[in-house]
Amino acid sequence: MNNPLLFPEAAYLIASLLFIFGLKRLSSPRTARSGNMVAGVGMGLALIGTFCLPGMGHFGWILFAIAIGTIPGWLLAKRVKMTAMPQMVSLFNGMGGACALFISLGEWIRSINEISIVSVTISFTPTWGAALPMLLGILFGAVSFTGSLVAFGKLQGVITEKPVRWPAQKVINGLLLLAIVLAAIAGVQTSAHLPWIIALAVAALTLGVLQVLPIGGADMPVVISVLNSCTGLAAALTGFAMHNMSMIIAGTLVGAAGSLLTILMCNAMNRSLAKVIFGSFGLTAQGAAAAGGDKSMREISANEAAIIMGYARKVIIVPGYGLAVAQAQRLVREFETALEKRNVEVKYAIHPVAGRMPGHMNVLLAEADVPYTKLRDMEEINPEFDQADAALIIGANDVVNPAARLDPGSPIYGMPILNADHAKNIIVIKRGRGAEFAGIDNGLFYDPKTRMLFGDAKNALQELLTELKSL
Amino acid sequence: MTIGGLAMIYIFILAIFTGVEVISRVPTVLHTPLMSGANAIHGIVLVGGIILLGEAGDNNALIGLGFAAVILGTLNVVGGFVVTDRMLEMFKAKPGTKDKNQK
Repeated sequence: MNNPLLFPEAAYLIASLLFIFGLKRLSSPRTARSGNMVAGVGMGLALIGTFCLPGMGHFGWILFAIAIGTIPGWLLAKRVKMTAMPQMVSLFNGMGGACALFISLGEWIRSINEISIVSVTISFTPTWGAALPMLLGILFGAVSFTGSLVAFGKLQGVITEKPVRWPAQKVINGLLLLAIVLAAIAGVQTSAHLPWIIALAVAALTLGVLQVLPIGGADMPVVISVLNSCTGLAAALTGFAMHNMSMIIAGTLVGAAGSLLTILMCNAMNRSLAKVIFGSFGLTAQGAAAAGGDKSMREISANEAAIIMGYARKVIIVPGYGLAVAQAQRLVREFETALEKRNVEVKYAIHPVAGRMPGHMNVLLAEADVPYTKLRDMEEINPEFDQADAALIIGANDVVNPAARLDPGSPIYGMPILNADHAKNIIVIKRGRGAEFAGIDNGLFYDPKTRMLFGDAKNALQELLTELKSL
Repeated sequence: MTIGGLAMIYIFILAIFTGVEVISRVPTVLHTPLMSGANAIHGIVLVGGIILLGEAGDNNALIGLGFAAVILGTLNVVGGFVVTDRMLEMFKAKPGTKDKNQK
């Protein structure tokens, strides 16, 4: 029993099981938090096992690097506001992609230098069998790295959220892909390995940028999910290159689960994945056909709006990302309690993609102590709008846009929406008059039943609250 | 223990099915946390980074690449798990816990 690999291998085995259990628990609300912990323990175990591998050195450097990574990672993750969560996930995902890229490059250098490594027995001349995982690891890692950074930039507002267009996009991307394939062939077949591989990495990095730049902000959640599974796959591929079981299993798990998650998300938003990646959201002659007839919005004062809702029997609140941006979750909770004191029944209608990602709005409202029992899914709440005296729409747009039902030319046509237009009165709190996030005009705002309360969600709610209390 | 290429492919395929099966019934509310949790799990690349650096010997290029890879992988792991935990923390704060004032 003196096999030095026994402990590391056992650690990897248990870690892999813990990842599977963790992922399983993460997919149910009651067990989710513990699921994350379980996966975390698995990660810790895998790392300890790695330290115990024979033939390892440079421990000082390793611990130093871990310390350098831990501090900003911890601080960023702890300090980021809940509204900025999606881009933070994207940023960390990009780091993982870059990590896989560097490892694959390193493995390539190792293979051509033919350093003999104790724990690896494969002969490291770049045969295709050995080279392919590294080449693909470089490709996926690099695309995931720059793609995630662009997605981060877009959601953070550093890069424009609008789809960026330039001529012959698909041709350029196709050529890049071709260049990647050629560089890979040249890298394996010629004796000048390394320059080709670096060229490949550069081309892949460029591809990541060019692929994500044209995609609009509204589709970023799907993009992040795709890139997430990309990094998972890259991790699995580096696992292949290094013959490391835990990396293959964990990476593949994430790659597969992430792909399924992407499909589920697309279904929730009724978007086809192909359209997100290659399509042109927000570019289709937008709003050209939308909302004919009179195009004037009717304004309402906070006082009138408070009267409508204060004397209503039932009010349904439709929270959107605008609410979160204005940090008005707590105010909306206060407003809800004030209404309930007047015996108004209040419910929240949560669209599956309210906020910026599926489930994002639930997190944001939970943070403001809105009880779970008041949150209603779309299918559940939609029939209730018919009995509602008022629907209060706060910073939401696309999820209540009737164009999704009516206008086949609209980019969001077919997306299931909340039937806010069925309520007797519709009050919309909106920052300005322009089209928003997805850049699509909203016919609901011109509906005769709709009244607009312009202003930042926080100020508007504050006014509503004051008016309501003085009724 | 060395594993042949074919065995790795078997494991790869089985892991694909496991990954799909395990999350197939996830409710929409958990999409974001689950994505974030999965994001943390692929931080397993950190293991590769550590091995690369640990086995780098005196090759400076490998030490540099490995060092960078470990930093990046650590960011992925630490950030991923902490962000996920913060999101999921919200899901259980039912009895009026007012202890959240961090920005």
